Amino acid sequence: MRQSLLLAAGLFALSTTAAFAQAARDDSFEQIDKGRYLAILGDCAACHTVPGGKPFAGGVTLKTPFGDLVGANITPDPETGIGRMTLDEFQKVMSEGEGPGGFHLYGAMPFTAYTKVSKEDNAAIYAYLNSVEPVKNKVETNLLPFPFNIRLSLIGWNMLNFTKGEFKANPQKSEEWNRGAYIVEGLGHCGTCHTPKNIMGGDKNDQFLEGATLQDWFAPNITSDPHKGIGAWSVEDITAYLKTGANKYDMASGPMAEEVENSSQHWSDQDLKAVAVYLKDNRNAGAKAPAPIAATDARMVAGAAIYADRCSACHVSKGEGIPTLFPRLASAPLVNSDDPTSLIRVVLAGSKAGATHAAPTSPNMPSFAWNLNDKDVANVLTYVRNTWGNAAPAVDPTEVGNLRARLRDE
Amino acid sequence: MEPFYDAFDKIAGISGKAGNLRGQIQEGGNPFEGSRSNEYPTGPMRQPYGPTLFAKAAKDLGYKPFPVPSALISEPYTNPLGVTMGPCTFCGFCTNYGCANYSKASAITTILPALIRKSNFTARTNSEVIKINLDSTGKRATGVVFIDSSGEEWEQPADLVIVAAFTFENVRLMLLSGVGTPYDPNTNVGTTGRNYAYQTANGVQLFFDDKNFNPFIGAGAVGMGIDEFNNDNFDHSGLGFFGGGSTRVTPIGAAPISSRPTPPGTPKWGSDWKKETVKNYLSTMSIGCEASSYSTRTNYLSLDPTYTDRLGRPLLRVTFDFSENDRKMAAYVTGKVAEIAKAMGPRQIVQNPSKGHWNTGPYQSSHIVGGFVMGADPTKSSVNKYLQTWDVPNLFVVGASAFPQNPGYNPTGTAAALAFKAADAIRNQYLKNPGPLVQA
Repeated sequence: MRQSLLLAAGLFALSTTAAFAQAARDDSFEQIDKGRYLAILGDCAACHTVPGGKPFAGGVTLKTPFGDLVGANITPDPETGIGRMTLDEFQKVMSEGEGPGGFHLYGAMPFTAYTKVSKEDNAAIYAYLNSVEPVKNKVETNLLPFPFNIRLSLIGWNMLNFTKGEFKANPQKSEEWNRGAYIVEGLGHCGTCHTPKNIMGGDKNDQFLEGATLQDWFAPNITSDPHKGIGAWSVEDITAYLKTGANKYDMASGPMAEEVENSSQHWSDQDLKAVAVYLKDNRNAGAKAPAPIAATDARMVAGAAIYADRCSACHVSKGEGIPTLFPRLASAPLVNSDDPTSLIRVVLAGSKAGATHAAPTSPNMPSFAWNLNDKDVANVLTYVRNTWGNAAPAVDPTEVGNLRARLRDE
Repeated sequence: MEPFYDAFDKIAGISGKAGNLRGQIQEGGNPFEGSRSNEYPTGPMRQPYGPTLFAKAAKDLGYKPFPVPSALISEPYTNPLGVTMGPCTFCGFCTNYGCANYSKASAITTILPALIRKSNFTARTNSEVIKINLDSTGKRATGVVFIDSSGEEWEQPADLVIVAAFTFENVRLMLLSGVGTPYDPNTNVGTTGRNYAYQTANGVQLFFDDKNFNPFIGAGAVGMGIDEFNNDNFDHSGLGFFGGGSTRVTPIGAAPISSRPTPPGTPKWGSDWKKETVKNYLSTMSIGCEASSYSTRTNYLSLDPTYTDRLGRPLLRVTFDFSENDRKMAAYVTGKVAEIAKAMGPRQIVQNPSKGHWNTGPYQSSHIVGGFVMGADPTKSSVNKYLQTWDVPNLFVVGASAFPQNPGYNPTGTAAALAFKAADAIRNQYLKNPGPLVQA
């Protein structure tokens, strides 16, 4: 995923006084190819490769609630990239969020997840990054305003929000489950988008993967919650979603479409299955759905009429959608989420589904900003969120108006 | 040809009901259809009221009505390239519009999403090929010249050039590039521009008192048809013409404002016109018969001696009129259609056979064909059966420009099947051994 809530900047321009010592580098094909795959698994490109630009040359801007951070140049260029970084220094970046010379990285570089990556895997990623074309591209990673731009504050942040330590397998679980956990909690850094954040931008670990909003997208609950989460999805549904961007329930759009396109469509079938097995065996499986808003509520009545006119041609009259073309709205985790941000967003701004080799269609949803006012959008979404088995809080027109204003500013 | 029709059907998700499956006539399909190896990829469209009423009347008269096959999808469909289409919603904004529901097959909804993912594919949008370059012998294409949106000219060298620029532009590019000899109607010599043909549009309007067709419900090609009056499907003895047409009721959606059917004699404006509009909008339907147009010696395409485009290149000139044969055919098939119309019991029918001289004004059809036709004789055709030009073997010209006649069916299926046939020949024969695929 591209975004991170945390105060953040990637691996970045090295201090010129970086230690010169080089650890012996394993540059065998096997090691580099392993690192290439792991870099895909970790979706390094999302933050470190500008679309259409040179791989890993940095420059992708991450908008956080605290200000902008920019993904660093992680090509082996010695001046502007990581060409002078030793393996030990790289390991420290990944496991501790600490760059050469002892400065602290912002958590947008998701070291709070990457700390779980094994030393062996980090060595392979290091070997791979050192094999790509060096690009001279100086990136100013820290564009945060005062006082967030003061890295010293990160010492305190780390104390409160960061638990260092490599992934430890759960002996009660299968090898497959543990592989899935290693990916989801580690390189996959799913929680960066899907775990709610505290006021400092740190993960609320007791709500791991229960959904979070960032850059005006809501990354839904991906726990086993059968209502708000993906509890109803089978292992096959989850792997299809990650591999193709679509399954019979939903299609990836927004930041998740980028994740599928850049990362998970290229994962091995074993890793996809492991991730699905782990996500299926997660918390909240017994969560209860709230009661829906009554169909006779004035907002629901208005919403039903708008739905019939504007939405039903594609999403079909009972919200069942068309598989791999128009997302299903009935019993969809995103629709049942407490936070309607993504729903408001796609109605106002339209959306384009991701395209993969397996599912190349990439259908578009048009924008309805021009023909639905804030109240219309709120009503139709309230209707969608409380019909066909769905149940979720009503959408407030003020919330629609606020997002409309923010989208206009973008 | 059948495997190539089949391949195209699967790409476009064509909806319909087979009438002839591996030689066995199928109930409910078109019994005049050629033998198909497979059913249509998606089932027939559900029928609006007008086509249903027509089909019943036609059946009662002994005809064999069938759902018109079309590139409008009746159910969700994912084609062999992995591209997904959605079912048609009969929104009525089909003909003349793009489809927001991914229900209408086009390159955009069936092929391009898969094609643009290929690393060896580039599309140059807002660019126009202005010339095919030939080497000094004139026997080999060396590439094309194109102009981009800023007006800059580029040369794209090529080992193989495939032109697919629609009938008119295919022919114009060949004339501008000097491929083949321009056709001369006086001497009947030359091939480029020869055998241009159109389509003969006929129809019967039916005004009812007691029917409501909800005519805003529609889709570009949904409907019921019969083929008893098409091509050689009926006995032409003593009729004095050959050819025929596709009899169809295909409500495309009566567009707001533009669709205001009123019976003859209604004033063209004022309160009586409004009254008749209200009275007839819901209760009028029509039966069409898009019929053949056979080429003649005097119908042809050439470069215009007077008019030029923005680059100073001559425009294409169309020299055309309906032939006596086609007018006779039009009168006959329209009369047969009117018999069915009468059986449907309307208050009034109005027959509109194609008659008189051709006129560029009223819209009749976009189905123009010929001008760079396929054949077995290089003195009378431009391309061989693989759409490879006789004179320049590394130049293929694809499209309905290859049709030597326009029979009584719409051309898209055959134009596409010919494209698949050409692509197959290029991949499996030409690339292994570049040169003429048919010895002249």
